[in-house]
Amino acid sequence: MSGARVGVVTFPGTLDDQDAARAVRHAGATPVPLWHADRDLKGVDAVFLPGGFSYGDYLRCGAISRFSPVMEELIPAARKGLPVLGTCNGFQILCEAHLLPGALTRNAGLRYVCRDQRLRVENTATVWTSAFSPGQEIVLPIKHGEGRYVADPETIAELEANNRVVFRYLGNPNGSLNDIAGITNETGTIVGLMPHPEHAVEELTGAPSLDGRGIFTSILKHLVNA
Amino acid sequence: MNARTGTDMDSTHTDGQVSTQVSADSRAGGFVDTVERAARTPDEPQPYAELGMKDDEYARVREILGRRPTSSELAIYSVMWSEHCSYKSSKVHLRQFAAKAPKSDALLVGMGENAGVVDIGDGWAATFKIESHNHPSYVEPHQGAATGVGGIVRDILSMGARPVAVMDSLRFGPIDAPDTARVLPGVVEGISSYGNCLGLPNIGGEVAFDPCYAGNPLVNALCVGLLRKDRIKLATAPGPGNKVVLFGARTGPDGIGGASVLASATFEEESQAKRPSVQVGDPFMEKLLVECCLELFEADLVVGIQDLGAAGISCATTELAAKGTGGMRIDLDLVPLRDPSLRPEEILMSESQERMMAIVKPADVPAFLEVCAKWDVPATVIGEVTDTGRLVMTWRGETIVDIPPGTAANDGPVYERPYHEPADQAALNADSPRRLPRPGDLRATLLELLASPNIASKEWVTSQYDRYVRGNTVLAMPADAGVLRVGDVVPGVAPEAAETRRGIALATDGNGRYARLDPYAGAQLALAEAYRNVAVTGARPLAVTNCLNFGSPEDPEVMWQFAEATRGLADACRALGVPVTGGNVSFYNQTGSVAIHPTPIVGVLGVLDDVAKRITPGFPEAGLRVVLLGETFEEFGGSEWAWVAHGHLGGLPPRARLDEERALADVLVTGAARGLIAGAHDLSHGGLGVALAEACLLHGVGCTVATPGDDAFTDLFSETTARAVVAVRPEHFDALVKLCAVNDVPYQTLGTTGGSSLTVEGVLEIPLPELRDAYERTLPAVFGD
Repeated sequence: MSGARVGVVTFPGTLDDQDAARAVRHAGATPVPLWHADRDLKGVDAVFLPGGFSYGDYLRCGAISRFSPVMEELIPAARKGLPVLGTCNGFQILCEAHLLPGALTRNAGLRYVCRDQRLRVENTATVWTSAFSPGQEIVLPIKHGEGRYVADPETIAELEANNRVVFRYLGNPNGSLNDIAGITNETGTIVGLMPHPEHAVEELTGAPSLDGRGIFTSILKHLVNA
Repeated sequence: MNARTGTDMDSTHTDGQVSTQVSADSRAGGFVDTVERAARTPDEPQPYAELGMKDDEYARVREILGRRPTSSELAIYSVMWSEHCSYKSSKVHLRQFAAKAPKSDALLVGMGENAGVVDIGDGWAATFKIESHNHPSYVEPHQGAATGVGGIVRDILSMGARPVAVMDSLRFGPIDAPDTARVLPGVVEGISSYGNCLGLPNIGGEVAFDPCYAGNPLVNALCVGLLRKDRIKLATAPGPGNKVVLFGARTGPDGIGGASVLASATFEEESQAKRPSVQVGDPFMEKLLVECCLELFEADLVVGIQDLGAAGISCATTELAAKGTGGMRIDLDLVPLRDPSLRPEEILMSESQERMMAIVKPADVPAFLEVCAKWDVPATVIGEVTDTGRLVMTWRGETIVDIPPGTAANDGPVYERPYHEPADQAALNADSPRRLPRPGDLRATLLELLASPNIASKEWVTSQYDRYVRGNTVLAMPADAGVLRVGDVVPGVAPEAAETRRGIALATDGNGRYARLDPYAGAQLALAEAYRNVAVTGARPLAVTNCLNFGSPEDPEVMWQFAEATRGLADACRALGVPVTGGNVSFYNQTGSVAIHPTPIVGVLGVLDDVAKRITPGFPEAGLRVVLLGETFEEFGGSEWAWVAHGHLGGLPPRARLDEERALADVLVTGAARGLIAGAHDLSHGGLGVALAEACLLHGVGCTVATPGDDAFTDLFSETTARAVVAVRPEHFDALVKLCAVNDVPYQTLGTTGGSSLTVEGVLEIPLPELRDAYERTLPAVFGD
């Protein structure tokens, strides 16, 4: 086990925190629970914002979480380079917090969709995707009702021009612009994606794929080499 | 013995008229109907009939109390003695489940608690139960189905368990009926939004269509939870001086009087008027409540606990007190209200969701409230346990309830309803499917069956459910049963301490057409199929829950169906060695005088000693031998073919072959443990033809087989039970054959897996894409892509 410590944030209504912690543990790092009400990142080396319905998501998804005490610590730390991964609701929170551009809106089909989704890894230069090969096709589960990625044309153009689209859907499940499934910040330290790598790391459980492991081996490699 | 199989059934909604009537009585006079006043005004007329009470039931209450009840007491007795809460029509029949129960070392908590608990080994226990939310789901499909999930999850939670998965058994009218287009998407969305937001994987269940469910859809929700077996919690209030804490959502005017009024009322045309009163669920609050309760259990801060479902505070207080020291004092003014104008009768009957009641030692109250505060769950001490033997409630300083709690909770009326065989039963059974012309083109028949609503892929439904959350899902739909890994689920338990290789498997089944033809056999067939579905994953079936959906018990023909079905199920449970641990009865599923088919839904829980050895569903790879286990007879009564090809329902259903089911399960369970079975699928509706097609489509692996007998039609489409198709590696074939011989299970080698089509030599060849199109197009074509 490496000494890497990866924080896993639990908001009220977070659902995939146990899965995220398990995936971190499987990768050989130490998961560190971070509580929404604590203004404390406990000195972690990276942070995983898992999926769920934080605060019930009765307002816009992630809109309340971004104002939580833990986010007051996380937002400046992420801006200074702390690696952060947001999946599903975590991605929505990163967008609400303006750590990533754009927004996630209601699926084009207006229904929640849970399925094993084919994706293409477009950018392997981020700290979360270096273990993949460029253009690699992978399968990760998606499970969301509000995963349609939208942004203004300038933002989309900027993301495309600077290779900031990290994952693209092969067979768009939700109407996301440019088939965008995940994006990164300018420096490749913050990644948000709708699919769930933590549900594709074990033979026995979850999706019929182990492709989620790439995310965790990537960040571990980065932290160990850092 | 307590024949009650649950407390929290169709938590239904109000008829606005009745609830206003009760409160209007008290408001109009501007007074509170106190115990003292009730004693003083014995002749005051009371609206007991409007609350669903019979004359003799009301007289009985007066006799118990030695005076007329106060309006609040009347509210309590009327809901607690409703069909819904008291099981007054079903009790005498349900007693068989305990009386005929097979000996089982696994049963830790049986019927009569919120849910049964079974020992699954390694110090672990599982608790599971299925419950109906039929009527609310018709009135308001989204919220009706959502709160159905919420209610069953709280039942499981109140046993001290972490809820770990849900599944649903759904029945709708014809797929193309206009009302199905309203009800089905709403129900699915309700289950989806509540279950997904709560963070519970949905791992199986069924969806079926039949004209008999038009106007009476069935929404039966199952939840399973896991706990250490020495940490079981019960609904009891012992220890005078211990505090009664109400926690969770505030109490509002939801579903007031629903339990007695709506659950006992057959739908008539004016049911639209009931719409505003269906409870509204808040899955976020439920998620907080779950985590809060688990932390309270972990810290050992709870003496007894009960969820609030049907009959709300009335039910929780009377049941807790009756099972504890026997007395309780409640100050209703302390109940946190969403609507401060609520009267005491309304507070008592409110079915507001996401509430729990706990009994807490006085010294633990501060720590209890602190945990609740951490999870933002409102919690209030509203009373305490006493040794007076009386449940006493005050409101605005006056005593409004003073009753022996057991009289409301346990001593409700018990009816021996008359029953007789339906007038048309003999003619129905005489109308054998043998007279139906057999098809010439079996290829077309298979494609037609695959596209028929009951057999077609239900992915349109299940793709709206999160099947992965919590990370322990090993198998989920379209597998025959859902399978979960047991380890790694309890917070605060170190991973190594929680380590176990075990897994649990769960399936629900039920076939209303079979039960219509023969309710005794129909209930047995429902159990047999769920049992088989569990065994097909390699799990050893252990225990049973059931949801008995019927028409009006006041109709002797319906009551006959009910009597037959319970007798059949109890006998079959004994034959298969699996005890009933709990369940629920839903009566009055009828419109006018037309009842639904009797529809017993049976859930079976099984255990895998090593979950990694579960059998993969379907045909996982090419080059495997395809073997049919079990024997095939010509059995088409109530079959999908008879219905799809001829619109025919008559004759007798397939025979329930319980000894053969047991032997088949032994082969599957032992074969799985020894790693002999590479893939499997049970045979049920649509017979071998449909099973082969589904097995091929699961992994996109074709097969070439020969039919075992000389009548290809019967071989492919008969619905004989106690059969499964397995795929076996050539090197394991001999061992499997030996295992079959030892267990006296007939087998036939049909062919091998591989290729890109389903080929039945000399009969049909269908490329997998064509098969898939037939199987997958039906639901999207009706409900949208």
